[in-house]
Amino acid sequence: MKKKRLIPVLLLKNGWIVQSHKFTNFKNLGNPITSVKRLSEWCSDELIYLDISKEGKYDIKRDDQNYPNRASFLDIIEDVAKMAFMPLSVGGNIKSIKDIEIRIKKGADKVCINTAALNDENLIKEAVKEFGSQCIINSVDTKRINGNYFVINSKIMKNTNLQIVDWVKKIEELGVGEIFVNSIDNDGVGDGYDIDLANKIKKNVKIPIIFCGGAGSKEDFSKLVKETDIDAVAAANIFHFSDQSLYYIKKHLFDSSLNFREPKIFEI
Amino acid sequence: MQKKNKICLINLGSGNVGSVKNILKYLEVDFCVSKTESDIKKSSHLILPGVGSFGSLMKKIIDSKFDKIFEEEVIMKKKNYLGICVGMQILAKYGHEFGKFKGIGAIDGEVRKIDSKDFTLPHIGWNNIEIKKDSLLFNDINNNADFYFVNSYALKCNHENDILSTTNYNEKFVSSIQKENIFGVQFHPEKSQQDGIKLIKNFVSI
Repeated sequence: MKKKRLIPVLLLKNGWIVQSHKFTNFKNLGNPITSVKRLSEWCSDELIYLDISKEGKYDIKRDDQNYPNRASFLDIIEDVAKMAFMPLSVGGNIKSIKDIEIRIKKGADKVCINTAALNDENLIKEAVKEFGSQCIINSVDTKRINGNYFVINSKIMKNTNLQIVDWVKKIEELGVGEIFVNSIDNDGVGDGYDIDLANKIKKNVKIPIIFCGGAGSKEDFSKLVKETDIDAVAAANIFHFSDQSLYYIKKHLFDSSLNFREPKIFEI
Repeated sequence: MQKKNKICLINLGSGNVGSVKNILKYLEVDFCVSKTESDIKKSSHLILPGVGSFGSLMKKIIDSKFDKIFEEEVIMKKKNYLGICVGMQILAKYGHEFGKFKGIGAIDGEVRKIDSKDFTLPHIGWNNIEIKKDSLLFNDINNNADFYFVNSYALKCNHENDILSTTNYNEKFVSSIQKENIFGVQFHPEKSQQDGIKLIKNFVSI
């Protein structure tokens, strides 16, 4: 049987892995390559690597980390791919077919497109045609406003006035392989996932949903899996703050008889 | 390794040889990335990772005369071959993705869309394999091990004896095959962590 997936999301801002709170406050956490090595050793099912830099600077200004000080996100992908013997999705600043092609050449298996899809639906159609639906994830950021969920353009932090359900249906029609949903309200809060939102979306589309935002404890993960039919549960901050957290969360999901891969540790 | 195996990772220009290359580097085996006849002739093992559709890969195979090389090196000289994903599918007689295309024909069977009913295609993610037959390829790999898949089509074999494992996604499809020196896996060992690395290691050690 096909398994559900537990996916760590790594946010990269100006060359550092960062923690995010409600998409507005960011804290530096560490080196982009060592984090991937650790997640690979814990047998993560997959990785999502998002570049959220706005200034285009990637130098972490340290030469004492055993890894070269990389000047661009693309170089970082190349290094990351060498250590990720697992599916790697890459997102951030993708605006054209060429941008996708470069990322795949550098070692990405899939790309996450967000803002560009809001600006130009044709890009998504073309991307699906060129690379296949399995390669294209559409990422969506949403916020509850007066009881309704709206799609937010997080690049400029502006409400698009699109209702989330209408937008995910539209994306499915465009042919993408998966949808990666982020709840801005729950981001970095650690109070649990927005179960209502997950159910609302899953009821309206058939393609796999990767759901993110709000995980603070291992029980938050199992609750989301038990109470919704999402395909993959994602989180960012929680994986950085306790040793082997990914392993223990996987173990918790597996031991709760949920449909996940058995946790293992793997020395690279 | 005791034996002097030399691996040729076939690059027909379609794509993602990068992740297989990373594993071969990690395993510290002697390998080259090439499609030239002379490099292939010097090698003992060939690996063809496949991305794209059946027809598009077959076109690249014919354009680069890899079908002729395959006949000489794999069929006649019995060099070990591992086809990954579409690299396995093209071993069939025919493929039915975007029309009917002739394959290499080393395995008696055809490639058809998975009858997935309510499950979405492509079949993307980790799924387990049910091992049907002992093989060196599965040395130290448990029955029901999980591998990473990305496929909508699968190879339907006419001879059960060619099937090494099956995988369930509404229907049971063939997830790996072996006919003497010819191996094929529908999943992506290069993306399947330890068990994937073990499988590649098993193949290059044969």
